[in-house]
Amino acid sequence: MKRFFVGLFIAFSCYNYSQDCNYTFIGNLQDFHDKSAIASATIYIKEKDKYLVSDFDGKFKIEDLCSGTLTLTISHVNCETKTVLFNITNDSSEIIFLEHHLEELSEVVVSSTIKTETTSIEQSLNKSEIENYSDKSLGDALNSVSGVSSLNTGNTIVKPMIHGLHSSRLLIINNNVRLFDQEWGDEHAPNIDINSADRIEVVKGANTLRYGSDAIGGLILVNPKKYAAIDSLFGSTMLSLNSNGRGGNVNTELVKTYQSGFYTKFQSSYRKFGDFKSSDYYLTNTGFKNFNASLRFGYNSFEKGFEAYYSVVNNELGILAASHIGNVNDLVASINSGQPRIIEDFSYDIENPRQSILHHLGKIEAYRRFKGLGKLTVQYDLQINRRKEFDLRRGDRDNVPVVDLSLFTNSLQSNLRIDYIDNLKIDTGIMARYQQNDAVSGTGARPLIPDYDKYDASIYTVGNYDLNETSDLSAGLRYDFSKIEATKSYNISDWEAYNYDVLFPEFETSNIDNSQILTRPKFTYHNISASFGYSKRFNNDLSFSFNYGLATRVPNPSELFSDGLHHGAARIEIGLLTIDKEVANKFVASLERNNENFGFTISPYYKQIDNYIQLIPAGITTTIRGAFPVWEYNQIDARIFGVDIDINKKINNNLKYNGGISLLRGDNISEDIPLILMPATNFNNSISYFNENLNSLTLSLNHKTVLQQKRYPDYNFFTFNPILQEDVYVDISSTPPAYSLFSFNSSMSFKAFKKGSLKIEFNVENIFNTSYREYLNRLRYFADDLGRNFNLKIKINY
Amino acid sequence: MKNLKSIKTIKLLALLFVANIAAVSCSSDDDGDDHGHHHDEELITTVTYRLTNGTDVVTLEFQDLDGDGSAAPTYDISGPLTANTMYTGSIQLLNETENPADNITEEVQNEGDEHEFFISSSISDIAITKTDVDENGNPIGIESSLTTGNAGTGTLTVILKHEPTKPNDGTADGAGGSTDVQVTFNIEVQ
Repeated sequence: MKRFFVGLFIAFSCYNYSQDCNYTFIGNLQDFHDKSAIASATIYIKEKDKYLVSDFDGKFKIEDLCSGTLTLTISHVNCETKTVLFNITNDSSEIIFLEHHLEELSEVVVSSTIKTETTSIEQSLNKSEIENYSDKSLGDALNSVSGVSSLNTGNTIVKPMIHGLHSSRLLIINNNVRLFDQEWGDEHAPNIDINSADRIEVVKGANTLRYGSDAIGGLILVNPKKYAAIDSLFGSTMLSLNSNGRGGNVNTELVKTYQSGFYTKFQSSYRKFGDFKSSDYYLTNTGFKNFNASLRFGYNSFEKGFEAYYSVVNNELGILAASHIGNVNDLVASINSGQPRIIEDFSYDIENPRQSILHHLGKIEAYRRFKGLGKLTVQYDLQINRRKEFDLRRGDRDNVPVVDLSLFTNSLQSNLRIDYIDNLKIDTGIMARYQQNDAVSGTGARPLIPDYDKYDASIYTVGNYDLNETSDLSAGLRYDFSKIEATKSYNISDWEAYNYDVLFPEFETSNIDNSQILTRPKFTYHNISASFGYSKRFNNDLSFSFNYGLATRVPNPSELFSDGLHHGAARIEIGLLTIDKEVANKFVASLERNNENFGFTISPYYKQIDNYIQLIPAGITTTIRGAFPVWEYNQIDARIFGVDIDINKKINNNLKYNGGISLLRGDNISEDIPLILMPATNFNNSISYFNENLNSLTLSLNHKTVLQQKRYPDYNFFTFNPILQEDVYVDISSTPPAYSLFSFNSSMSFKAFKKGSLKIEFNVENIFNTSYREYLNRLRYFADDLGRNFNLKIKINY
Repeated sequence: MKNLKSIKTIKLLALLFVANIAAVSCSSDDDGDDHGHHHDEELITTVTYRLTNGTDVVTLEFQDLDGDGSAAPTYDISGPLTANTMYTGSIQLLNETENPADNITEEVQNEGDEHEFFISSSISDIAITKTDVDENGNPIGIESSLTTGNAGTGTLTVILKHEPTKPNDGTADGAGGSTDVQVTFNIEVQ
């Protein structure tokens, strides 16, 4: 292929000769997709050094041609410029196809207002915004988007949350691969290096069917960059240093592109932090180490292309030492003392409890366009996730993980985009996926999640129709088949206590050993999901969108099978085989004004979720460690509604204001109480100064306030303390008070070397070293959140 | 030619997929009988506090064979303690889901510097002293002496802390650490 192109170039650069010069060539320019005529295209004739313009029918005529090579370079405002060669031996006429969808190749045209689909309600982060978070996580970066918060375990395990929904209710798509990394766990952070991303989209509305049926909360798309087909070699290196945690990040990427359409990119980052510090004390054992690398290789042309992608993420995370507790009395002691029971001097050591996670992701994608039809894409992807959790243990078990899970996922999918009809675009596809979880033996502990095999198959169709110049309509339908087959041992006493011997006798095997019964639970699900979208553009940069989505989520392995003590929460968590799928009806609307001088987005939403699966206290059991609350998964009907508002205003040529507020209310309608762990009202303001003439100097002052969550379900209880000989109150529900944080950012860019540039940033987070706790941080019972941090970033582009 | 190539690619992808399913499904069957090893090795099912004055033996036993499971634990108190008597006490921890039962006391003894028992009673006349020490000379509490005073009824609580502060003020609350065992027996002194 490559050789062919090279050959072409040699052919037209070497020679042309003339003999008879009286031939006529008639060209006919047509759109590749719908074969419509392309008028007013510019045609440059190299041999004559002359320009022509195609007529209304897309035709042009060249007379008095000599025999030999004819080289035409055709350009049109909405098309990719194309060079074609013909060998002229007599009068001839040719049809030349041009590509009318420049955005598909999206060279450098990505702007922050482009959406994945016209009707979709979404927000995005571009590369420069992502770079601000280069030593943080995906969840931290997304926290800056209105309506997005995060569920944290300390400050390094950060799970994104859209409209109060997280984990299995959010799909994270990395380079078109749906991430499977034991995402059901509250303390399992997504294994993504944000430095590998060029753009991150948060899709709140309906445009999710292509990726799954279960995006009840929404969808996060992490997209890499597409490269222009030019001969180039470029890269960048960024170093970021922080005072808090005394660590930082170094990220390097190198890109080589070829005019032939081939490209390759290598990116790698390494991060290391020691113990972080709250305003008053070190958060002992909160350091982490993180290594990432990704490699892309591909070929992009209009008609066909492929990409191979591989990424590895290796995380070693310390968990706050004080959060390891043995029983409820330890928890009460922690809550009452108001500060962690273990505070040591700063250290880079990562001791138990800790997590060690290795995530491999590989994919191969190939596409081809068919004339008068559209684009067919086929993708195979594979992920291997190995999660090891180490805890404080007796005996020589410090290096034996207490949780050791190996999750293998692979899928084959195809998508056909039919776009030959001018105002109708249809995406349709099928997907098959196989997943296997292996609870690796040798942990010396009962596995949290059992071995299972999961099979998924799906088919979907989504159509986008341009009603007229200003309005669009989209609709989609998806069917999913899903089957899970697990192998799990139950205590016979539990098996009978939960009445499983009556409900599920077919799961029992004859393998009974030492008061345990081996069972093989099998569940099959059929899901239908649907979406509808409408958008209309008005004058004054105003637009309105409305999205409806029907989403269905099958219970995750933890909701079905989890069974055991959860350290750090001092509770026993029980999944139930009787849990059924949850079904959500989502309504999201958005009124936007996309204008630099004064713009805004007002986006109200309403979600009705039937059979919403939640984990709540169900009783108290006595164990060898004393009394424990038992938390069981149950299902209720829930309702979540709220509004996200963003405003931007240009004060003068240098000053800009941005602000936002998110309001949310979540209700358990079945019991008429609030839903647990819903984000509180929060708002932010920022003023930034920008001066292009002064080395692009940017200064900004930002503020964020999170109010106290007053609406929470009260699951507090009393427990008997045998030492004090009295009942003590266990306040696990009350929420921390409101807090406000201020931060400062500054940056300057300099020219360096011949082509390169140098950017220096200085930032301060939590300027006033405010001590605070956040309701959505699972370690709020044990320690304060982060104190002040000074950050220095140096980025070199070359 | 080009068409053929992309069809080939698709075929190759499909083949890869199927090959993977086949490979992984096989391996899953192989470790199918691995589940016997998924016992909780650190589980403590049984706590026994054995008290003897040389002639009489009183045992306080707590047993919970299904660990964190739903079945309630059992308490077995062999009899009342005698008033104004000095007993020698020793604690034994077992994991009886293993066969033969695993003696956890040994693990605690070996890591004496990371563990400590706290034994206390609601009967104020009862005095308990730990008689064994770890490598640093701090008490462990596997061995103890218990002296009763006047007759009465109340409770006796045995707590095992993992990674407590050592030395400490002698109370479980003051020692910190995380709780591995906390059982309370109803006792009688007569």
